Amino acid sequence: MGAETVLKADNLKRYYEVKGGMFSKGGTVKALDGATFKLEAGKTLAVVGESGCGKSTLARLVTLIEKPTQGELVLGGMDIASAHSKEDMITLRQMVQIVFQDPYGSLNPRQKISDILAEPLKINTKMSASERREEVLSMMSRVGLRPEQADRYPHMFSGGQRQRIAVARALMLRPKIVILDEPVSALDVSIQAQVLNLLTDLQEEMDLAYLFISHDLSVVKHIADDVLVMYLGQPVEHGTRDEIFSNPQHPYTRALLSATPVADPNRKKDRIKLVGELPSPLNPPSGCSFHPRCPLANDRCEAERPVLASTSSALVSCHAVEEGRS
Amino acid sequence: MSEVQNTAEQSSVPEQISPLRQQFREFWFYFSENKGAVVGLFFFLFIVFIALFADLIAPHSPDQQNRDFILIPPFWQDGGSIEFLLGTDAVGRDLLSRLMHGSRFSLFAGCIVIVISLTFGVLLGLSAGYFRGFYEVIVMRVMDVILSIPSLLMALVLVAMLGPGLRNAMIAISITYLPHYVRLARASAVAESARDYVTASKVAGAGTMRLMLVTILPNCMAPLIVQASLSFSTAILDTAALGFLGMGAQPPASEWGTMLAEAREFILSAWWVVTFPGIAILLTVLAINLMGDGLRDALDPKMKRS
Repeated sequence: MGAETVLKADNLKRYYEVKGGMFSKGGTVKALDGATFKLEAGKTLAVVGESGCGKSTLARLVTLIEKPTQGELVLGGMDIASAHSKEDMITLRQMVQIVFQDPYGSLNPRQKISDILAEPLKINTKMSASERREEVLSMMSRVGLRPEQADRYPHMFSGGQRQRIAVARALMLRPKIVILDEPVSALDVSIQAQVLNLLTDLQEEMDLAYLFISHDLSVVKHIADDVLVMYLGQPVEHGTRDEIFSNPQHPYTRALLSATPVADPNRKKDRIKLVGELPSPLNPPSGCSFHPRCPLANDRCEAERPVLASTSSALVSCHAVEEGRS
Repeated sequence: MSEVQNTAEQSSVPEQISPLRQQFREFWFYFSENKGAVVGLFFFLFIVFIALFADLIAPHSPDQQNRDFILIPPFWQDGGSIEFLLGTDAVGRDLLSRLMHGSRFSLFAGCIVIVISLTFGVLLGLSAGYFRGFYEVIVMRVMDVILSIPSLLMALVLVAMLGPGLRNAMIAISITYLPHYVRLARASAVAESARDYVTASKVAGAGTMRLMLVTILPNCMAPLIVQASLSFSTAILDTAALGFLGMGAQPPASEWGTMLAEAREFILSAWWVVTFPGIAILLTVLAINLMGDGLRDALDPKMKRS
């Protein structure tokens, strides 16, 4: 089927104002500084990067929990900036749902599974209680839970089962887009594969678009169609999975990939070691924000901010790649 | 263990069992593990029974003055009579009947104080913890001010302003208890608001009211229930104290604290007039405290073994 674009983000920005204390000056945290991408039905876009690079902010923007400071976010043909009425919000909300990282904190401990799953329907639809119940049970069987588990509380389930419940809740409203915010990084490796396979099956079945946020590159390699590498709120490389994994261009992407452990004791270790810490987004470096840690940096990188430009394979924002230094 | 239990339950119990009964059964299972709580519950139910049927059980009217039987000791002492089981007071009123009717005042006062302070405390605390910002600062500082004044003194001042009487005493005590609830509710609400399940509800479209009352509030209730059951007993004590100081229920009402105050001068000559109201207060408060402890254990799903 032709890939239908369900979400388009154009130069999406989200800044937070930080109030100054008695002795410190206030400032602006540029948590997300210009992200451009699109999601297609049935495809998975993985967003990778280290902590603090704006992955979770991106998730909060796409799930409409927060409004972008700047930029355009178009969901299913509707610009969210123009959606004000309650009906518009309900339509938009039904399109995007989220699965969180921590399956222990994302389920209300006081609610039964059936109530947790029925809540989105209760709020957004006019279904009767018995219709909701039916819907809940069918969704539970879809994610591999037994119907008699409906009246149990979350603490009676294991981590993997809880994550299945969280997936089921996200799918209750038949969304087109599901944000997966590190959905498997809190699980055992054996359970990770189960949940990932479940996600892949559901994607095929329901033609879902996934925005897969992760720092685990082996998981990304397994599930993603496209990959967006972020650094300090900015995308540094954007391409298909094969382009990124077989031919990484940006020095940051290369460093990330070289840090992935491989279960092969004979493999030659040529790790690119990044020096220094992630700079504070309150006071980002001039020019390319990666230059203080970049092995290829020169004066131009310090002065001028690079933009995403197409190369032989992926979109890369780097002067060094553009000039052919390496 | 859960698997075994659950499958056993499913095979033996048919599906028709109503969820309410199921819930109660579960509640009782956990509650009854705490023996002290069960004893407390039964004693409390006994007092509630007496309070409800005081008119029928009490051998005499609480206000009837028997001029011929002034300061009669309890029946097992010399000079005691079976007619007045626990003796009579200085104007010949039957002590047992007065105690029975007095339980009404105490339970009523306790209930009303809890209801008022819990309702307003939870509303203020929950909204402060949810909305944060300037509103929270105002609410919490006002509560700090209330908390910084000794509670009985504060209650006394309020009653002095409103005028003595049981109703005003209850209002005054509710106000002095308010900060405890506000603080507990706010602290839990702040912690719970940041959890992922709240965000998930928000993404599902839950409005402010639903988020606060349906999603967050039930997760804040455990400490509030314990606080409520503990302050139920202190509310009874404080009502009695205000009564003792002449600021609570007014004579001839048979409120336990007021009875104590009236009988103060006979403490050396007729011990029973002072002792029995005191014992009544003591036992009631003890029973409620025991019960509150068990209630906490039974209502917190995190303490359940699955």
